[in-house]
Amino acid sequence: MRARRGLAHTHVGSLHAPDAELALRNARDLYTRRQEGVSIWVVPAGAITASSPDEKDAFFDPAADKVYRHPTFYEVPDGVAHL
Amino acid sequence: MNGPFDLALALGDDALIAAQRLAEWTTRAPEMEEDVALANIALDQLGAARLLLTYAGELEGAGRDEDALAYLRDDREFRNCLLVELPNGDFAVTMAKLLFLSAYQLPLYTALAGCADERLAAIGAKARKESAYHLDHASLWARRLGDGTAESHRRMQAAVDQVWPYVHELFAPFPGAPVDPTTLRAAFDATVDPVLAEATLARPADGWAPAGGRDGRHTEHLSYLLAEMQVLHRAHPGAIW
Repeated sequence: MRARRGLAHTHVGSLHAPDAELALRNARDLYTRRQEGVSIWVVPAGAITASSPDEKDAFFDPAADKVYRHPTFYEVPDGVAHL
Repeated sequence: MNGPFDLALALGDDALIAAQRLAEWTTRAPEMEEDVALANIALDQLGAARLLLTYAGELEGAGRDEDALAYLRDDREFRNCLLVELPNGDFAVTMAKLLFLSAYQLPLYTALAGCADERLAAIGAKARKESAYHLDHASLWARRLGDGTAESHRRMQAAVDQVWPYVHELFAPFPGAPVDPTTLRAAFDATVDPVLAEATLARPADGWAPAGGRDGRHTEHLSYLLAEMQVLHRAHPGAIW
């Protein structure tokens, strides 16, 4: 779903439907009742490849101690303009 | 007879009774998604009914508001077409009713949107977008069921055959109305015929054409529907929640 002022589609939920055409309509009925969005994508669950909860440590923990990847880690030297 | 008042009342009653019938599916639809879809359509119809009945009350000038018109009239005073009061039947009958109703309401509201009466024009402009979606929904199911399994085809064809006679009343002349319903039949046919063809459904032959709803002569089903719809208001006048 893309909100009226949003740039990117964000996930809003899942539903049952026999095919894409009905999935789109079901999504319209379930998720746009309060003007939540102006555009809908539907994707069959089988087309999604997801990371496994078992792989969580290997996937995400290594990033935890890499504070230098955040721009705020670096001090801007005095005298640097236009940064 | 007062054209704009009679038309606002008739169309308001169409929408109100259609809303009540569709709401009967709530918690009973074949799947949860369809349950919400039918409730949405019922609420669209109810919204149109409120605008139309409020306006009818103002045109009448007798101090009746939307609630007085909805809850304090008896069946002989209702002006809805017979189509909307028919029982829901199975899901195919409900979809056949919705297909024919929305294929009538869409050109009707579109014509109203361009009429000289500003209030009716505004209501038509709002409601036609909703009708377009109702038509899309009903057409989709008619095609799916008609061109589905042997059993779904049999039931969809039976539904179309059962409901078809009640279509003709929709296009009867309406004296004094800002929109002449007889002019809408071509648009109805142009919408419905391709849907039936794609659904591999036979268009029933025209023959028996029951009517009388616009004059207050209804099927026996309406008074049962009204009893359920009106009981709370009649037992507790003015109740709100």
